[in-house]
Amino acid sequence: MFSNSSNYLKIGVGVLAAALVALFITGCPAQQAALDDREAAQKVYKAPGEHDDLYAFLSGGYDGQVSVWGLPTARFLKQIPVFSQHPETGYGYSEETKALLESTHGFIPWDDTHHPHLSRTDGVADGRWMFVNANNTPRIARIDLTDFETKETIEIPHTAGNHGSSFVTENTEYVVGATRFSVPTPNRDVPIDQYENEFQGTITFLTVDEETGEMDLAFQILAPPFNYDLARPGHGVSHGWAFFTSYNTEMAHTMLEVGASQADKDFIVAVNWKRAEELIEEGHGEVVSAEYYHNKMDPGTGIAVSETKDSVLLLDPADTEGMIYFLPTPKSPHGVDVSPDGEYIAAGGKLATVIPVHSFSNMLAAIENEDFDEIIDGIPVLNYESVIHAEIEDPGLGPLHTEYDGQGYAYTSAYISSEIVKWSLDTFEVVDRIPSYYSIGHLMIPGGDTRSPYGQYMISMNKTTRDRHLPTGPKQNHTAQLYDISGDRMEMILDFVTIGEPHYAQAIEASIITENVKNIYDLAENTHPRMIPSSRQARVEREGENVHVYMTSIRSHFTPDNIEGIRVGDKVHFHVTNVEQDWDMVHGIGIMGATNAEILVPPGKTKTLVWEPRSEGIFPFYCTAFCSALHQEMQGYVRVSAADADVDLLYYTGDRPTE
Amino acid sequence: MMSTRSRWILAISALVIIPAFFMPIWSITLKAPQYPDGIGMHIWMDQLTGHERHDIQNINILNHYVGMAEIHEEDFWEFDVMPYIFGVLVALGLLAALGGRRWMLWTWVTLFILLAIGGLADFYYWGYQYGHDLDPRAAIKVPDMTYQPPLIGSKTLLNITAYSWPYWGAAFIGASLLGGLGALGYEYRQRLQSLYERLFSSKSSNQEVEA
Repeated sequence: MFSNSSNYLKIGVGVLAAALVALFITGCPAQQAALDDREAAQKVYKAPGEHDDLYAFLSGGYDGQVSVWGLPTARFLKQIPVFSQHPETGYGYSEETKALLESTHGFIPWDDTHHPHLSRTDGVADGRWMFVNANNTPRIARIDLTDFETKETIEIPHTAGNHGSSFVTENTEYVVGATRFSVPTPNRDVPIDQYENEFQGTITFLTVDEETGEMDLAFQILAPPFNYDLARPGHGVSHGWAFFTSYNTEMAHTMLEVGASQADKDFIVAVNWKRAEELIEEGHGEVVSAEYYHNKMDPGTGIAVSETKDSVLLLDPADTEGMIYFLPTPKSPHGVDVSPDGEYIAAGGKLATVIPVHSFSNMLAAIENEDFDEIIDGIPVLNYESVIHAEIEDPGLGPLHTEYDGQGYAYTSAYISSEIVKWSLDTFEVVDRIPSYYSIGHLMIPGGDTRSPYGQYMISMNKTTRDRHLPTGPKQNHTAQLYDISGDRMEMILDFVTIGEPHYAQAIEASIITENVKNIYDLAENTHPRMIPSSRQARVEREGENVHVYMTSIRSHFTPDNIEGIRVGDKVHFHVTNVEQDWDMVHGIGIMGATNAEILVPPGKTKTLVWEPRSEGIFPFYCTAFCSALHQEMQGYVRVSAADADVDLLYYTGDRPTE
Repeated sequence: MMSTRSRWILAISALVIIPAFFMPIWSITLKAPQYPDGIGMHIWMDQLTGHERHDIQNINILNHYVGMAEIHEEDFWEFDVMPYIFGVLVALGLLAALGGRRWMLWTWVTLFILLAIGGLADFYYWGYQYGHDLDPRAAIKVPDMTYQPPLIGSKTLLNITAYSWPYWGAAFIGASLLGGLGALGYEYRQRLQSLYERLFSSKSSNQEVEA
């Protein structure tokens, strides 16, 4: 009996051992992958109703907007219209918001947003405002993060393609910009082949009011006719400086694909803006004429007003010693990314075979020693060997943009090899790499461009989508991928589809913003001149051909909802005050035949939709937001009579007034 | 004459009402799927406030669909008189303590109880009115449905669960009345001795008194 059971035991152990060996030899990949998926899923899962840990703000590129997402789930939260009209809310259609899209070129319904940047205090995002640039018609906008609405836009003169923007300095002293295209300054009619002589670049500094966030154009710096690409103000040890990449130092004006790709090195422009302040104080710089628009929304009325300005302070490097330097940098650099301590400046030399990393302290020493190779248009070119700290070998092809995790590592996107490389700020060697799908542009680590990175996640913003998701035709929306970077190896944990073409993004811990987010606009603080606090003040007034409808909306009716006495040729202004004071209780108004849009009116706001009836008849209007159980009943009629008709103004909700 | 101790108890009891002038007496909360944290109102001696600033407006908006009248602070005459009633109650309590006659104590406690019953009855009446006096043109009409909130406790009305509970002010008023009853009990401790001992024999203060 005993020996028998011992034999069974031996056989059992043998079988088990064989099974284990088989497992080691063959592995069980399917099972392994399933486990990984489950792990990844857990990392991006938030139960229904549970909030995300971070807000992420992705620019919309050619859709002119900024989209807001939750991380790590990549839940889409909101689209903030900035430089593009937005029929969803009436942004850019309502009379209150139109001015935000005004420029010296007229009303522009579209632009190309690239680089959102959060306001900062002590080099860390403070969640007050978001700045974002318009690349096409050079402008910068400010979004208020208490209500996620655009409150201000300012045009940048002497600029053509405000690409190197809208990055903020350590304490939001300035928002910076740099022109992608050099053009004649001031712009004028010259033959294009006079490029080298007649064209200039500019670099722009705008101040930001500490209390209101309002921008003001402080000064511009003239620069040689190169293309200026991206920017980063310094922080930490490099606070007081700002860095800009340039390409096309070859100064080609046609077929740049080839012409701008010949030189081994282009330049990073280093601007000492504290020195610039001193020079201005000493009276340097010239006030030159420059027409530009500054459009601001009044916080009380909610009405944006345009102001035109006519001059700017221009600094010429030839006249401003110690303010601006060139750092030779291979090759056609894109990103110029400052490490959390402010010491290292990594360039994304997109045609370079290495990632050049400059040292700020080397740079200061080179300036001190006047270690200059040459001087171009008054700008000293520092010796490359003197300022470079390291060249990261084997960085992938087409390195573009770098962010930092705060744990001693940097992450650089490589467009051509479609991957992210992680490298050490200690050994300056690549330690990990992971694919992106496909053709990554920028990447973003929450706070990865600040003094204090969050360091848990990283997003890649990719330029082509191809087969990553269910196909939607020849033009597909762009993908983004989320990586967990908390471990030694980067791990892709989510792949999601974005809106527009995100060029860059910002993220911030949610709690910094949520504590200040509004639930309603306080009706008592609404100073819109056409606002009425209750339906008792509702009325219709004629001022010549302009008819003003002072209207309230509340669940589930408009006051007034029957209007007569409108004539063909009138301009009817519907000033709708949503007198609700309940969170997310939004009413809208759509009018048959209106050639602009509907508008959504959040609780406590007044917004104006102008409608010009072209024919006689009865025109219904209705609440476009499903506001309540009786939303479908929330409607009204306008009677439009002939231009010469003798129909008195009449308006009511409920009982028709007797004459 | 009352004992000094009872007079002190009465005087303190009268004063205990005072905090109730500065805080809500009652709280009504409505919870619905769209309002997981509830919206509600606080009833004070002299005013009606929302739990959050705009809750009353939002309650009125919800209520109008079923035809309930709007709630407006100015419609309640009670808010004009309640501070005086309680003011008089405090003053009478203090006077009774000063006068020190047992009939004064009796009067105060009786008046207090009558006012409490009257107040609750009035509160019930308002609730009844709001719940039953519905606009015949209301958008939502549910046959035989009325919307009277509970006097105390909770009650589900369509999609809304209404909760009605005393608030801190009521606790002070209740404590004051209990104090008055305590003084009365102390005055009649001889007659209530057996009950008294059963209730308070474990208290050290009691032993002190007996010593």
